[in-house]
Amino acid sequence: MARGRSITLDVLRVMPLLIVGVLVVSTQHASAAAASAALAIGEAASVEATSSAASTAFFAPGKLPLAVAIVVTSGCIIAWMLQARAGASMHLRRIPALDAVTNAVGRATEMGRPVLFIAGIQDMDNIQTVAGITVLSHVAKTTAEYDATIEVPTSRSLVMEAAREAVRGSYQAAGRFDAYNADAIRYITDEQFGFVASVSGKMVREKPAACFYMGCFFAESLILAETGNSIGAIQIAGTAESSQLPFFVAACDYTLIGEEFMAASAYLSGAPDQIGSLKGQDAAKVIVAALIVIGVVLATIAALSGQRGESASRLLDSFQGALGS
Amino acid sequence: MMRIVALAIASIAGLVMLLSPFFPRLESVGAQSSEIFNVIAAIAFILGAGSLVKVNVSRVSRRDAGWGYAFVTLLCFVVTLVIGLGKIGVPPNPQFAATPWAGEKDAAGSAFAWIYEFVLTPITSTMFALLAFYVASAAFRAFRAKNREAMLLLGTAFIVLLGRTFAGVWLTDGLPDWASGLRLENLSMFIMQVFNTAGNRAIIIGIALGVTATSLRILLGIDRSWMGASGGSS
Repeated sequence: MARGRSITLDVLRVMPLLIVGVLVVSTQHASAAAASAALAIGEAASVEATSSAASTAFFAPGKLPLAVAIVVTSGCIIAWMLQARAGASMHLRRIPALDAVTNAVGRATEMGRPVLFIAGIQDMDNIQTVAGITVLSHVAKTTAEYDATIEVPTSRSLVMEAAREAVRGSYQAAGRFDAYNADAIRYITDEQFGFVASVSGKMVREKPAACFYMGCFFAESLILAETGNSIGAIQIAGTAESSQLPFFVAACDYTLIGEEFMAASAYLSGAPDQIGSLKGQDAAKVIVAALIVIGVVLATIAALSGQRGESASRLLDSFQGALGS
Repeated sequence: MMRIVALAIASIAGLVMLLSPFFPRLESVGAQSSEIFNVIAAIAFILGAGSLVKVNVSRVSRRDAGWGYAFVTLLCFVVTLVIGLGKIGVPPNPQFAATPWAGEKDAAGSAFAWIYEFVLTPITSTMFALLAFYVASAAFRAFRAKNREAMLLLGTAFIVLLGRTFAGVWLTDGLPDWASGLRLENLSMFIMQVFNTAGNRAIIIGIALGVTATSLRILLGIDRSWMGASGGSS
């Protein structure tokens, strides 16, 4: 734990250096690109290439509102993390879907059936897949402690490797490395409906007692959830795909809606740093809500005052401009 | 040590991707990071294919329940691989007529294209078509009027569904102009544009903040559970 904390502190300390380093490297990279272009094209073109590289702005001014939003949001999150680390008490509301994880794994253990975990159908460059893998590590730790079997079919090779690493680490942490089975985490296919056909068939044949769907899902969400429902499995789903949420809500016992899914890993870990990040997220949400209220009031005043309310309209335009909309 | 290296790579790559939209000079580095990811994913595919073959071969050899499916999977994998790599039936590339195998593997007329068009597409379309039945069964369960909330949901869904059909338009067509807001098609549009959009935006704002917090936890190395629970949290 102490070693982990020191690594985090180190990362926090070196982050500004990393930012400066990345910018310096990129600047050198741009100069090198201009120089190589000059060599390749010749003396005449070199002037153009160099001037083109030099004319590239250091910062994209059109993206200033977005940058400010990211800095403010990140600032809130980091501030609350530091507060939590300093020992400030943090209250977190219960999330029934995450409290049910232990019950679901326990049920699978009692019934002698496997636990099925699907981390979506996207690759590791999707944040939802990463969030799914973080939840997987907690679920795998519970299955290791309960001596249950976990099956993780994946639709991407890279996800398979990441899932194996996460499950192996969890089994090691639980002191049950002997029970770890790499073949239980396997690649099926990249093909969306081929993956669904394989997983649905396996669900019907092996009847897992608990099914977890945590990640990015599309049309396959309902097929998987309905198949799980038909075999009587306890189902817990989590996704940030708002179009798929109604399907999961209709067919699963518990659903983590959007930000709850993103908060799952922090919630399950119970670590003060991570809980602090959730409080920081809430603080950012208050700021967003305040901006929405200001925007609604200005828009209402502008609409009600009609042509006479030019100043209100101007104020609304400036407000929208500041937000980059 | 390996975990620290993995953490450093994740932090640096994540940082580059985060900064690249704001600093034009970093755009090429960001693009290169994406290319590196594609290369790693391509290498990992070999591991995926290896896992597929290993798991299915062991199921067939052990005669596990449903080993026939494993056999069909293996057979299809090998046949498609041979046809794709061997470029069987690929028409010659007119640009390189003298060079064998210069044509695209999925060019029209090739065996690979035939498999895609006449085997894969019908199978995936069949799976997609099944969705209609799953929607019906899920809707039946979701719209059961068990309590007040479920009744409200049922009523709203009824208006939206009817408002998007010809029958809905026909049913309330006779309403006078001053009550045109009560026509089913207008009510349906109002529900979708006001209530649905408001709820959806609230969820999307929450997701955006959640993504920021999750990314920060990973970039700063506070959440290391993606490396396994032993990586855990600080």
